[in-house]
Order: sequence, then structure tokens, then C-alpha cells
Amino acid sequence: MTIEIETGPLSWRPDEGGPPAGPPLQRVTRRQMLTGMGATTAFVFGVSLLGHSPRARADRTAAGLENVRGGDATPSLFISIEKDGTVKLTCHRSEMGQQVWTSLAQILADELEADWDRVEIVQAIGHPRYGSQNTDGSRSVRRNFTRLRHAGAGMRQMLEAAAAGRWGVEAGSCRARGHRVVHAETGRSLGYGELAAEAARQPVPGEDAIRLKERRDWRYIGRPVASLTVPRIVKGEGTFGIDVRLPDMVHAVVARPPVVFGRLKSVDDTAALERPGVLRTVRLDSPEAPAGFKPLGGVAVVAEDTWSAMKGRDALEIEWEPGPNGDYDSEAFRRKLVETARKPGAVRRSRGDVGAALESGSKRISADYYVPHLSQSPMEPPAATARWDGDEVEVWACVQAPQVARTAIAETCGIEPDAVTVHVTWLGGAFGRKSKPDFAVEAALIAREVGRPVKLTWSREDALRHGYYHSVSAQHLEGALDEDGRCTAFLHRTVFPPIPSTFEAGVDEPSWGELRLGATDNPFVVPNLQLESGPAPAKVRIGWLRSVANVHHAFAIQSFAAELAAAAGRDPKDYLLELIGPPRLVDPREEGAQYDNYGDPMDEYPIDTGRLAHVVKMAAEMAGWGRKTGQRRGLGIAAHRSFLSYVATVVEVEVDSEGRLRIPGVWSAIDAGTVVNTRHVESQMEGGALYGLSNALYGEITAKNGAIEQSNFPSWRIMRMGESPRRFEVKIMESNAPPAGVGEPPTPPAAPALANAIAAATGKRIRRLPIFGPGKDRLDPGEESS
Amino acid sequence: MKTELTLNGEKVEIEAPGDMPLLWALRDRLGMTGTKYGCGIAQCGACTVHVDGEPTPACITPIASVSGSEVTTIEGVAGREADAIRKAWQAIDVPQCGYCQSGQIMAAIALLEGNRSPGDDEIDEAMNGNLCRCATYIRIRRAIKDAAASLG
Repeated sequence: MTIEIETGPLSWRPDEGGPPAGPPLQRVTRRQMLTGMGATTAFVFGVSLLGHSPRARADRTAAGLENVRGGDATPSLFISIEKDGTVKLTCHRSEMGQQVWTSLAQILADELEADWDRVEIVQAIGHPRYGSQNTDGSRSVRRNFTRLRHAGAGMRQMLEAAAAGRWGVEAGSCRARGHRVVHAETGRSLGYGELAAEAARQPVPGEDAIRLKERRDWRYIGRPVASLTVPRIVKGEGTFGIDVRLPDMVHAVVARPPVVFGRLKSVDDTAALERPGVLRTVRLDSPEAPAGFKPLGGVAVVAEDTWSAMKGRDALEIEWEPGPNGDYDSEAFRRKLVETARKPGAVRRSRGDVGAALESGSKRISADYYVPHLSQSPMEPPAATARWDGDEVEVWACVQAPQVARTAIAETCGIEPDAVTVHVTWLGGAFGRKSKPDFAVEAALIAREVGRPVKLTWSREDALRHGYYHSVSAQHLEGALDEDGRCTAFLHRTVFPPIPSTFEAGVDEPSWGELRLGATDNPFVVPNLQLESGPAPAKVRIGWLRSVANVHHAFAIQSFAAELAAAAGRDPKDYLLELIGPPRLVDPREEGAQYDNYGDPMDEYPIDTGRLAHVVKMAAEMAGWGRKTGQRRGLGIAAHRSFLSYVATVVEVEVDSEGRLRIPGVWSAIDAGTVVNTRHVESQMEGGALYGLSNALYGEITAKNGAIEQSNFPSWRIMRMGESPRRFEVKIMESNAPPAGVGEPPTPPAAPALANAIAAATGKRIRRLPIFGPGKDRLDPGEESS
Repeated sequence: MKTELTLNGEKVEIEAPGDMPLLWALRDRLGMTGTKYGCGIAQCGACTVHVDGEPTPACITPIASVSGSEVTTIEGVAGREADAIRKAWQAIDVPQCGYCQSGQIMAAIALLEGNRSPGDDEIDEAMNGNLCRCATYIRIRRAIKDAAASLG
């Protein structure tokens, strides 16, 4: 591998017109485009991005910034400056709509004192030199904030040193500002482009020598800087995984076993091969447990274009052996889960004596909550393109974790990771699905067999039937109230097939890593509190979905908080604040839990009930909590800390006399510490809440005889424009605290706020999700006051 | 077979089976990937193009059925409404991942071409066929109103 391809082909100026131009994406002439066969025309990928012009590339061997907080901050890893002053910033995380290109560039460019309109983004390939590239866990900003500030400041100081050398003055007398270095005493100045080559030869300053900018001097961080991707999106430009085109490329789709670990019994591909455009079929082995990121096996149909491949697949005559999961029936499984959740489980955190307190309370209530399997279903289904050259392979794919993809491809193909190059395209949504690179592995396997570059496209049906699903869960909660209505006991029991089952066959008890997502970190001040878990086997591939186990844990805990309020005859918002209690720091480790705080230090990111209460009060104030809403209309509130951020959400619903529901408004407040881009945090608040509402209203993946029953948008329903709220207000709390997560925290409070609003409007308590579904648009009368 | 049509103002000839959907002819035969695949059954709107000015799901439109028609895609759509929509989209950063936005924008332009001051109900109706999993609906609604206002 040479340095020329190290940063991948997807680079362009944010403000330039026209299609991706220049070497990385060479566009053939219009005439060729319109007359040629698809496989040999249009975009050409994989050509060197980094040409031969001089640029600032610091000597990486110099002692300096390799070990700052968050990883290697050596400036050349992220920054190169062209002779013309263009600043190329490498984004090592995947752009999937969270605007990570923009936010990471803001951090670098701010410390670098670069002009924003001279910044270009280079998308990094997957490579260990970047440290973790896993774009998940709402951590791209918080884990890279300090690191990228150091990289930017380091390069700024190297530019200053270069100018000082040129002028023969003290480095300390030169200041970089606005893309120039100025010597104040003499008024001389040099542009960054003029200094690039000399700056590259400067030693990287050590961490102690780095001068970070003062917060008050930030020019990009904390501002609503416009997206670097949107100007291209509005013209239909930009390259998603499904858009990649290579010379001589052919197209593939795969018929996979409908049941996980099912196998091909027989296939007759005669009719498929007779279809126009179909070139051949390729058999793929089915994996042994655990599933990991291994492809599911089956039969690939390779054709001249995607549609011919799909039609060819339709013509396959296949018999499958269902395998060990052929007995999976999600409705029977639901009943079992609920049963398990009603029995005592393994104690995972305990304070006081919850058993005695439940017995001695003056009032005792209990409730069972159920959240089904969910599909992440980004609008772009999985897609990947692979090209072999001897024993080396290049893959272009919409992956959240390109290093994981690289390793998985290497392992499956029996080659060294260094023989695999993974180029990250734009991701047309991800939500956790594209953290699992099974589709990139499939593309590599098929391309090796075919001997030509292959683009593998997943249909919508493929994406829904062969997912890594959010875990189905049953939860049992019990609470006791004293004579004054105060909650004295809180028992939470959670049962769900754990994500580790995907990586280790047979694991059936929720992991600490999943319980810390909203269960072990319960912030309530109740004197007797206990968390228990119970076993549940996995019958499908279980995987991460935006906010992960926080989805079901917040739904149960925040719904039950409102149920306790109702039992006490109290206002749900006031009661929630009482449960949260006085401002204090909560440490679940003191009560028997293994708790890692999302991998970040507790002293810097404590569980701070004061901040949680603060967003509750803010959201309530924004929504006009306590106002008269009118008949069959109501407000619900929920609050939840996740990924180190605090979010409270109020949902208003209106239910007509026939049970049809409308959501007129949503109000949501977030405390995410220091925020890099206020506009895009607002977008995440809107989108994240609606993602949660959509899943609560309609989302359900079910299985019969081991096969997923949903196949496309009629049977897997998501929120449409007409169902979205007309009003949505967001408040970002001002904070100097370190940056926390943003992409996921808006999702967990949405579903319980909705359920609480429905209870307020109608008296119906929703304990089983989804509320509606395909073809179901009305609340059941039977749910009234259940 | 060969199909002749006008694509973004230029006469083109496409060599493809007549029953191949316009979506795949655009993407795989012409290399015009701005029009997206989302469902293949006209349920999500990601593939929306204009056929003789009407918003149309390209995924279920056989190429033979648009012979002689004027087809406009996100790459070529132009005019006052298109300019206003693009500008409004950028002013508040409507898109998140952007994948569905070609279709959203094509649907929104068609709406404004027929109605210069759409209300909430009209926007909801016109845009209801376009799914967005990032759920950018709040900003789409706002940007359509901003674009309409800018057209006077």
C-alpha cells in the first residue's frame, strides 16, 4: 500500500460546483455516459487523490503528539496544506448524517486558525493509525475533541515556527491567524500555502508546548456552521455505498437463507442464467455460530446491472434447510420473555432492601413492558463494491467501522489485513446497521469468485429480513409508595437476548455493557432500589440500534415513573423530579453494579442528577407544562441520561374519539456539555426523537418458523411526513462541561414521553410496543385504562 | 431495445430491456446515481424524478413507458422553484444523511411548481410518499415554506 491511496478517493471542496471532479472521481464525457455500457463508463474510482504537489507533512517520527488524550494527534495524520493554501482535513469517522465531516473539521480548523472556505475534507480509509474509527456510541466528537484540538494547534505552531525561521525572528513573536502568520513588530505576513513546505519540516511540538486557544477565541466551535455535505446533496452529488462504480464492474444480489444458520439444500439456477443480463451464480457458504460479521451464505446472482441480478435471483429455485433457529416464533417467545421477567432474576445492583420495602409499602404497583425487535433500516440499504488485484482487495462500502470491515474481510478471505483497503463512502443513514460489515465481506467473496469488480446491492427486503436486530425485551417493574405517596421501593427486572450472543454462541444473560445503558445507571433517589436481569436465548442476530438498550430501559423506567405518579395522585413532572431527587452524583458501583460509564471517567462525566433535573424543568417550561390541553389531548414527559448527555422530552398528543392519534408538538432539551455545532445538534434532537417515536408507533420485527415476516415498507412501517409533529422546539443547555454524546441521546426519552402523553390524554397505558403497526392506526378500545 | 427520451433537456438513447425500471437504467446504464433506490415498490419516494413535469417513482416506471417523454432528475432539475428549494434546503441544512433528499427535493419542487403557497396540510399530502429515516420532516416542512416565501 502506498501513501497515494492512504486517504481514499472521496475528496472535494465543499463549495465547488459540479460533480466530484479531478483525479479521485473522473467523469467521462457526456457522450460516453449516454451511449456506453454502464460497467465501463461513468465514475472511475481508486485513482490517487494525493498527487505530487508539495504539502505540509510533518515528520511523524518526531517526538510530539502521539499520545495525547484520545490518541495520536500528530498533525500530519489529519491535516495537509497545499501550496495554494488549501487545507485538507482528514475525517477518520464515517459521515452518516450526523455531520461528522463538519464537526471534526470545525475543531481542527478552529485551532489551526484556518479559513473555513479553504477547507476540504478527505475521508480516511480504515486503518489502525487513526485509532478507533468505529462511528458509534455517540463518541466521535467527545473522544476526538482534545485530540483534534491538539493536532490543529500543533500545525498552527509549526506554521508559526516556519515563518519565524524564514524571517529570522523568535517563533514566539509570530502569530497565526486567519490562514496567515503575522510578525506583529514588522507587519510582515505569509499565507499558509507559502509556509506549507517549511512547516512540514518543523518538529512536532510536544504536548506541553501546545497552546490551545481560549474558549472565548473559538470561531467555529460552538457555532451553527453550515454542513459541508448539504451543498452537494441538493444537487444529487456525493457518493454513497450504493453509488460506487468501477470500470468493468458487474452487479450482484444474494439469495440468503431465510433463517439464521440455515443452509442451502438445493438450487436450480437454470432459469436464472437464462435471464437477459445474468452472467453467473456464486454459492456462498453458511457460517457456523457465532454469527459475528460473517455473511449468511446462500447464492449470489451476478449480472450486468442491478435489476437483471434481482430478476435473476427471483428465478432461482432454492430449497433451504432451516437449521437450529427454524423454531423461532416471536409471539411464543414474547410470552416466555414476559414469564421470565416476572420471576426473580440475577441481582445486578441493589440498594436497601427492596423485597421488604415492597411488602411494607402502603401501596404497591407493578407493570410489564414489552419492546419488540426493531430494524435500524437506514434509507440506503447495505451496499459494497470489491475489486481484487492478485491477493489484495479494495472495498468501497458504507461502513460505520472500516477497521472492523478490514479485519472481517481479511479473516474470511484468509489474507492479511494489510492486503485489504476499505474506502468509506457516504453512509445513507446507518443507525447501527452499518457497524456490521457482513455485506462488505460478501462483496469481497463474490468478487474473488467472479474475477471482476463486483457491486453488491441489498434490496429493501434483504435489509429487513437479514438484519442485526435490536433485541426484543420484556421488563417487569414493581414499586411501593408510602402513605404520603413517596416511592419507597423500585424493582426493575430486564430480560432480553444480549448482543454478545452474536459474538459468542450461547450467551443468554444481559451483559454489564448493555445494562449500563439505562438500567444500572438508574438515577432515582428511591431508598430501596434493585435491578435484576433474566436469561433469554438469541434466535436471530442481535445488534446495536441507535441508543441500543437505552431504547427499552428508558421506555420501562420512564413509563413506570408516570405510573407511580398516577398511583400517588401526583403530577408526573413533579413526581419525576422527586424521583430524581436533589442534585447529587450517583455511582452505581457503590451498589454492586459493574459500571464503566460509556468508557469515560466518572469524575469528568458523573451521573449528575442536578443536570438531569435541569433538562426536565427546561422541557416542561418550553412545553407550557400544566396548561389546559383540552379534551383527549395530553402532555407526557420523560428524561434520560445516555452517552453522558441529559435529555428531557415533552410530547403532546391528541386522540380522537375513534382512537386516531396525532402529535401536535414536541419539546426537548439537551445538556450535552460543550457543543461543537448547535445547528446540527438541533437536527439530531429532531431526528433522534422522531426515530424513537416512529419505532414506538410502528416498529416491530417478528419471526415465524425462524424467518422474519416483514419485507418492505408496507409491512415495516416508519413515520411519514403527515405523521410528524407540526411543532418541534429544541433547547441546548449552555455548558462548559466536556463534550458528551449527541447522535443517540435524543432517542430514548421519546417513546416513554409518547406513552405518558397517551395516558394523560386518554387514560390508556401503553406497555407493549409498537402502539400501531402496518394497517393499524387506532388505539384499541380494550387498552382504555388498562 | 433502444429507448429514446429527453433527459434533463437532452435527447438520449438508452440501450436496455424495455421492462427495466427507469431507476436502474439511470443508475446502472447512464451512471446517473443521484436518483436513489429505497424500496423498489414505490413506497418510499427516494427514486422520485419528474416525467413530463409530474413527480414519478422511477423504480416502478419501465423505461419503455417513458419513450419520447421528458425526464428530469436531481442532476438536471432547474428553474426558479428548483433554485428556491435548493437555497432553502441549504439555509437550514435540511438533509442529514442525504440519501432520500434527491427524492424529497424533486417532490418539493413539483409541489411548488403547482402551488406557490402550500399550507401544512398540502405539504404533508404532497410529501407523504417520501420517507426519511433520519426524520428531517420538521426541516423539510420549514424549508418548503421558506422557499415558497422567497418566490413571492
